[in-house]
Amino acid sequence: MSALLSVRDLSIGFGTGNSVVTGVNFDVKAGQTLALVGESGSGKTITCRAALRILPRTAQIRSGSITLTDSKGTCDLTTVSERELRKIRGNRVSMIFQEPMRSLSPLHKIGNQVSEVLWLHRGLSESEARKQVLTQFERVGFPDPQRAYDSYPFELSGGMRQRAMIAMAMVSKPELLIADEPTTALDVTTQAQVLGLIKELQRETGMALILVTHDLGVVANMAEQVVVMHKGRIMEAGAAAPILTAPAHAYTKQLFDAAPEIPDQDAVGIPMPNEDLILQMKGVSKTYTMRSSKGWQADKAIYACRGVDLNLARGKTLAIVGESGSGKTTAARIALGAELPDPGGEVLFRTAPDADPITVHSMTRAQRTAFQRKAQMVFQDPYSSLSPRMRIQDAMTEPLEIHRIGTTAEQRDKAAEMLQRVGLTEDMLKRYPHAFSGGQRQRLSVARAMMLDPQLIVCDEPTSALDVSVQEQILTLLENLQDSLNLSYLFISHDLAVVARIADEVAVMRRGLIVEQAPPETLFYNPRHPYTKALIAAQPEPDINRPIDLQLVSLGAGAPDSWDEAFRFSDTVIPSLVELEPGHKVRCHV
Amino acid sequence: MTDRPDNRFVDDAPFDPQASIQQLERADLDAPNWLLVWRKFRTHKLGLISGVFLFLCYVMLPFAGFIAPYGPNDRNGEHLYAPPQSVNWFYEGKFVGPHVYPIVAEADLETFQWKFVPDTDDPRPIRFFCEGSEYRLAGLVKVDTHLFCAPDGATLFLWGSDRLGRDIFSRILYGAQLSLTVGLIGISVSFFLGILFGSVAGYFGGRIDWTINRVIEILRSLPELPLWLALSAAVPSNWSPVAVFFIISIILGILDWPGLARSVRAKFLSLREEEYVRAAEMMGASSGRVIRKHLLPNFMSHLIASATLSIPAMILGETALSFLGLGLRAPAVSWGVMLNDAQNLASIEIYPWTAIPMLPIIVIVLAFNFLGDGLRDSLDPYQQ
Repeated sequence: MSALLSVRDLSIGFGTGNSVVTGVNFDVKAGQTLALVGESGSGKTITCRAALRILPRTAQIRSGSITLTDSKGTCDLTTVSERELRKIRGNRVSMIFQEPMRSLSPLHKIGNQVSEVLWLHRGLSESEARKQVLTQFERVGFPDPQRAYDSYPFELSGGMRQRAMIAMAMVSKPELLIADEPTTALDVTTQAQVLGLIKELQRETGMALILVTHDLGVVANMAEQVVVMHKGRIMEAGAAAPILTAPAHAYTKQLFDAAPEIPDQDAVGIPMPNEDLILQMKGVSKTYTMRSSKGWQADKAIYACRGVDLNLARGKTLAIVGESGSGKTTAARIALGAELPDPGGEVLFRTAPDADPITVHSMTRAQRTAFQRKAQMVFQDPYSSLSPRMRIQDAMTEPLEIHRIGTTAEQRDKAAEMLQRVGLTEDMLKRYPHAFSGGQRQRLSVARAMMLDPQLIVCDEPTSALDVSVQEQILTLLENLQDSLNLSYLFISHDLAVVARIADEVAVMRRGLIVEQAPPETLFYNPRHPYTKALIAAQPEPDINRPIDLQLVSLGAGAPDSWDEAFRFSDTVIPSLVELEPGHKVRCHV
Repeated sequence: MTDRPDNRFVDDAPFDPQASIQQLERADLDAPNWLLVWRKFRTHKLGLISGVFLFLCYVMLPFAGFIAPYGPNDRNGEHLYAPPQSVNWFYEGKFVGPHVYPIVAEADLETFQWKFVPDTDDPRPIRFFCEGSEYRLAGLVKVDTHLFCAPDGATLFLWGSDRLGRDIFSRILYGAQLSLTVGLIGISVSFFLGILFGSVAGYFGGRIDWTINRVIEILRSLPELPLWLALSAAVPSNWSPVAVFFIISIILGILDWPGLARSVRAKFLSLREEEYVRAAEMMGASSGRVIRKHLLPNFMSHLIASATLSIPAMILGETALSFLGLGLRAPAVSWGVMLNDAQNLASIEIYPWTAIPMLPIIVIVLAFNFLGDGLRDSLDPYQQ
């Protein structure tokens, strides 16, 4: 039986440069799921786009063929005319993209965008298409298909937009769906639900799926065939089970070793000590008022943070985990004094065990300067945290220049020393940031944060924009620095697995409230709150025998008023944090 | 890859799991921004040619007097409205060198016009590096050597002469000095004001932003031409041409800053959210330092492209003013002043060469536009 899609010896390059994809071979059979795994720069996205020939203008398919053999005929997608290809796109082969916000037109209603597929390929009238689209919307899980038909993309959440994209891809019943990292931009719980949906639809319609991802856990949950790519070439390819249980190629092994995992051992964690606290947040809240879109309605209050109480002991790491909109970044910014908490909240910072605390929420100028030398931040996006016009040396010595420490020569020496500490070499001082990779730039950010010899470093999702193997290197670097310099970290993340190894205590936030707080071993082994359970269950494991438990995810993923009675909270009724065991706090009604 | 149930494909090329973190990933991007912009700009043929052309024009400016055969105000009473003369190389089949035929004025009794007929029996060679009327080289040194001049007893009107018998070609070269520099002075004024107000509005936001925005909108809603006319009519008429020239440039610059301020403000609003700006703020940098060291350098190339696209507006503005007689006036020479003489239909119909000054204006404005477009397209060298 010939394959549905057959890629033979595909090579793609840009302009006159070397090929970015060389000699790629794989087959997708009808009804099968193939996962294309690779890190950034591996060529997986460009291979998929070559199937539908939606490559950037400067890209050329240098050799090879992509043959599509479905119920309507056979053709070579690399050589077929543009006109024929238009009949295939969206009709026989569809694609869903990574960023749903950017893939949907902001000016048209969702219903119209999805109906457009039927107008183009089936020649249906508007009302006929509407009926089919509403059925499809119901199928992909929109709670109110009629309302969704008439809404614009910006009115929906990320998960809903991705569902709309899936509806658009599936409405013409294609035989092959190409999903280019469809869940990377979504929260973990939403990811689990969207993946579950894709799997269900695939089972129902019997279509084939090419899933591009960098996450081995997603592969384990979805794929039957796996193709591992690195720098444009295939490293390993075959059935999923053997590769996931016993990888043969060194690169696949490296990917496995680097993938962070949630530990599952029977362990009791040691709670954070209560003495010698370097940072204390008491009753911190932050409310923003949003003007209502209709002028006569009252302003809406947005509670970014509510009643956050956190203690961070010297030399330890406190992790705040939450999805987007949980208030973790706001809490971090308040901790650093970049924003003021609502009156009544207090943030206290002690430079020495017996020193008077600096009240971060109300600092004088001199106090702020002194505080900034003690507390620094590492940012999320390595690509924009260094000014592209400044050489590395200027970027490194800037903190020293601002605080007027040392002569130029001394500043330069300190910068060189810091670079070596983070694993880079001194000759990089003269270079510009754009020459470096994401991981190297994040090291430079860490080195810059260290220049003032701070005691507290707030890491705002420092590894979320990095590849898995690089992520592991940065976390190791942070751990080493903490050990050697007795630093304290406030680590913000949306990924529980990443904090499992680095945190001494984990606080899980949802809608501005801390819902559970415990040392990581306790939290992962014995989570009590449904939201924490959902987060842990939604984390995809690279273990083929442990698929995502969607039941658990759905119990905790929804709005807080849909949870179990004991844990429910709304804007007006909020239970307090109860200490169920020493060091383990859960927000629930007792 | 055919389906092999148990066998899987494993790449057998050597793989180094410890690929060095010390190596640069994109060594071609390791260069200061201007170099990267230049590399990308080089691929824009039109922009490059325009840039080179404009550069040569500006380099030529101090030597305009050397290249022009006549002075800007040298009148020739016997050759009013003389047509352009051709430079001939061959006389009676033999190569003689560049020469012109003297023009003789004849009265045409049928149309009652003076006709200028070249005397083809009398070739006069053009003199090179000859003595002519005095001028100041680069405005400083008094010299009287010209690159080429008219032969004795003959005239060398390459592009004809105007109603006072002044050589149009020479006047265009002298006019370039004023017309091309008015843009530069105006741009400096406009830059300074635009960056100042735009950066303050974009960085601080809030009330300051609101106030500056309202000022910008008010200035932009004023009609341009009447405002120019009003301001230049207010210039005292007893000022020297040079002083009038400076005032005109400054007026044009002052009325142009709102456009630049708006684009500076928009760019600042987006740059302010970049993480390196937030990092600098968290390190304790003052607002001035953040604007100077982080925001402005990242915006400079946009500014230069905007400026290059604003210069044509100023050149055209000065031309319009002088054309209407309210900008520069005789004895100052600019292309607008020259076009002033071509204001009536009769002159253009009968003496079309008086409208030649339009050509250099068109060429220069086009060149600036192409250059600005090329710069703007090369401005983001980090996207590949």
